[in-house]
Amino acid sequence: MERLDGNAAAGLLREIFAREMTVAIETCAGCGSSEPLGAVHVYMGGPGTVLRCPHCTMMLMCIVRVGDELHVDLGGVRSIELR
Amino acid sequence: MAVWQTVELVAKQPETPTAATLRFSPDGWPGHRAGQHVDVRLTADDGYQAQRSYSIASAPDDGALAITVERLDDGEVSPYLVDDMAPGDALELRGPIGGWFVWDVADGGPLLLVAGGSGLVPLMGMLRRRRAAGAAVPARLLLSARTVQDVLYADELHALEAGEDGPEVTITLTREAPPGWSGYDRRVDRELLDAVAWPPAERPRVYVCGPTAFVEKVAADLVALGHDPGLVRTERFGPTGGG
Repeated sequence: MERLDGNAAAGLLREIFAREMTVAIETCAGCGSSEPLGAVHVYMGGPGTVLRCPHCTMMLMCIVRVGDELHVDLGGVRSIELR
Repeated sequence: MAVWQTVELVAKQPETPTAATLRFSPDGWPGHRAGQHVDVRLTADDGYQAQRSYSIASAPDDGALAITVERLDDGEVSPYLVDDMAPGDALELRGPIGGWFVWDVADGGPLLLVAGGSGLVPLMGMLRRRRAAGAAVPARLLLSARTVQDVLYADELHALEAGEDGPEVTITLTREAPPGWSGYDRRVDRELLDAVAWPPAERPRVYVCGPTAFVEKVAADLVALGHDPGLVRTERFGPTGGG
């Protein structure tokens, strides 16, 4: 599956957070490194959209659309700094 | 305009045998920043939906919204947009989207833009913004294309380069170069980047856009050459995401 980056998920992230999120800084719960969400790795070819840490590949977020519902798993994100 | 809006195609212009520019005039368009994209959604008669992201090609100063789309032969969305969609036809669109892979005059330079194929589209938005603002920020564009016929906006690139404070444009052709071609004719590698890029000491702001493998190779080579990873912004595109 082709690796994209956070820019490709920007529309979906805005749907969830109701603001531009590619400039928000996430901190990975796995390795503690921080990156703008625009620079994290994104995989969109499966049933959901998966955001992974570009340093340790930890799954930061997994977003799955089921009908009209969005299921958002934020388990790999320690914090998000909104800018 | 964070929600989906139905918009009609205003005009379409072929750019290459496989790419076209589509113009829209969405109601209440808030304006955009160079480098941003829109999400496009198509719905089939049976309700099946396909969604892709496409970079904005027009400068924010243009007023209208233009995207340039490259046809992927096995694509679900791009063949319709490039070959079949006609002025008056409608699609759903939301945007502008993105705040990371953007550039404006205040961000400064020198500016190094590296494009693989239709990865040129958002970078062209930046060059058009630079020209519209009359900015003298030094700028260099390195474009990798398969053949001379695949070069998007070829005439405009030549005109930009020849204009006052124009960007330096370097094109490398990876598949076939025409007789008499005096430019590069190989894939972008570290040596080529070293020859074209501003020296790392000048701390250029770098934007790299193209297919995933291209972007990751170029970004790694730039960092290996001594460029600050914090100044290298990347945008990858693929068949499921857009471009």
